[in-house]
Amino acid sequence: MPTLSEAASKELLSAFGVPFPDERVVAGVEGAVGAAGEIGYPVVVKLGGDGIAHKTERGLVRLGLGSAEQVAEAATELLAAATPEEGEVHLLVAPMLRSTRELIAGLHYDPQFGMTVMLGVGGILAEAVADVSFRLVPIDRVDAEEMLDDLSLQRLLGPFRGEPAVDRAAVADVLLGLSEAARSRDDIASADLNPLLIVDGRPVAVDALVEVR
Amino acid sequence: MAADERFRALFEPRGVLVAGASTHPGKFGFVSLHNILACGYEGKVFATNRDGVEVLGVSTVAEVADLPDGEIDLVFVCTPAAANPDLLRACAKKGISAAFIASAGYGEAGEEGLAAQAELVALADELGILLAGPNGQGVVSPPARLCAQIVGPYPPAGHIAIASQSGNFVSSFENYAQLTGVGVSRAVSAGNAAAVTVPDYLEYFAEDPQTRVALAYVESVGDGRSFMERLRGAAERKPVVVVKGGATRGGQRAAASHTGALASDDRVFDGAARQAGVSRAESVEQGFEVAASFATQPLPRGNRVVVVTTVGGWGVVAADAIGRTGLVLPPLPDDLMAGVDARLPPRWSRNNPIDMAGGETRDTVPEILRLAASHADVDAVIFLGMGIQSNQAKLMREGRFWPDHGLERIVGFHERQDARYAEAAAEVSDATGKPVLVATELAITSPGNPGSAAVRASGRLCYPSADRAVIALDHLWRRSRWLARRGLG
Repeated sequence: MPTLSEAASKELLSAFGVPFPDERVVAGVEGAVGAAGEIGYPVVVKLGGDGIAHKTERGLVRLGLGSAEQVAEAATELLAAATPEEGEVHLLVAPMLRSTRELIAGLHYDPQFGMTVMLGVGGILAEAVADVSFRLVPIDRVDAEEMLDDLSLQRLLGPFRGEPAVDRAAVADVLLGLSEAARSRDDIASADLNPLLIVDGRPVAVDALVEVR
Repeated sequence: MAADERFRALFEPRGVLVAGASTHPGKFGFVSLHNILACGYEGKVFATNRDGVEVLGVSTVAEVADLPDGEIDLVFVCTPAAANPDLLRACAKKGISAAFIASAGYGEAGEEGLAAQAELVALADELGILLAGPNGQGVVSPPARLCAQIVGPYPPAGHIAIASQSGNFVSSFENYAQLTGVGVSRAVSAGNAAAVTVPDYLEYFAEDPQTRVALAYVESVGDGRSFMERLRGAAERKPVVVVKGGATRGGQRAAASHTGALASDDRVFDGAARQAGVSRAESVEQGFEVAASFATQPLPRGNRVVVVTTVGGWGVVAADAIGRTGLVLPPLPDDLMAGVDARLPPRWSRNNPIDMAGGETRDTVPEILRLAASHADVDAVIFLGMGIQSNQAKLMREGRFWPDHGLERIVGFHERQDARYAEAAAEVSDATGKPVLVATELAITSPGNPGSAAVRASGRLCYPSADRAVIALDHLWRRSRWLARRGLG
């Protein structure tokens, strides 16, 4: 099934209230430097495009760029890494967000139960921790709040390492947005917000991948 | 005929026909007739037999056509699959509107069986007959004294309605009903569930006045979305307890294709069950205990539990068990503390759990149960450590010094006390509308113990351990919260 680019995935889901960072899509090196200046350093630069997947594994995400020179260098390398088969590509410039807590959220199709909304604890140990909760689309606010209650690592949702408690209502809003997206767009086959960072207690999805049919 | 009338024909038939009655005591056609007769079914019983011979004192006919019209609601079918289409046609002419097909040779028996099954379903539909099974163990309905089943047991009458995709788990649940005394309203094995499926039964149970709680064992959910929607409809009216066996393939595929191992299918089922207000139990015995709790205890309005115990260790273990659930063990309110203080010597725990530390006298336990349960800041009470003195009394009754040396008097006192405790727990629960659960392993290890026997006589479940009482109470609380959050409570 085809996937939308990160930028297109974010555009689709932001219409349903999913919060994303203030980021820009630019075509070239000059644009990237300009965007970084507007956003403020440090920034992240990623290579994007409909044909681009597995960005992290392929080294197509450059984190913590602190100056115009670093942005220009990274942008040049990323554009050079694109292969002709990948078609049209662009650069995505985003603020480098700092967070100690990561969640994961998404939409997944189950052959028996149909479209489901998922919320889980994210991060590199996510698969091993496997602390996730599912509900069938559509969900209401009570369902969304109960998904948060389902997670075993409740201490992660309270005040944590100097950061405030997770804004549970804001996370519920993300889940409700995903549910609404699935309900009103039946071409969505799946969606992943990974990671859904908790920044100052509020959720921000720094990556998104929507699969369409 | 409306669906619920046909379900009534299945569970409360005016007359029953055993098709294929046999004189061989090992055959379904003998065992089912035996059980119907032996368990005291009060309606008329008819039977067919190829040779028209008498079976268990019932005169049989070779042809359904020779039976009276309009006196039979249910046919229990033990005849070979090939004979059943003609049988159903003849039954319809007699006004029979429900058939339980015990016969095998259908969907479980390859392609030919599947074809025969599809044909039978279509025929029953055309004839307006409710088709239960095929390849099922039977239907039991104690309020109608009906035990149309090819295996035991015949459970006591009560308010738990059971539907199972595994025939033998019907027996397992019935065995627990027999063990605990918390009885059954209906029990049915869905067999191959060719026409009537588990959600169909559950929807009927939600309407059935004899039933307070539905209990189901399922492995296959088919269209999961429709399955859960229908269970939700039932759960909005009555508690629905589900024991789920096995895993669906769906989630495994989803997990593989997207988030690695994250999206296991069982988590999808689990989330869908929570969303639908279905109480999911982890095992067959837990399923029964949770259902028995719904059938015999009121729902708590909150999650604040007071534990009352004569045994310090059980109090600690109960506190641990509560810590693993959504229940809480709040500090004792000042006025409750003062009330307990006035009734116990100072060595009691002065905390929740209320460990009486052996300071209790004749009326202490009933009074403390009443004080705790009637307090506005307490939602439920668990009482532990009942029956211990009666267990000692048993040793005295059975020993060689009985009844001398004052044994008779002290034994009588202890036995009356334990029975009073159990009665007080039920009375206090009735008076306050709050759950009061009593737990002791003596319920299993010494079923004749006057304490656990009195819990049973009160119509409630005597939980085999503090932990199991806590898990059951947590299920009651979760349902109460599910209803309240959705404006259904």
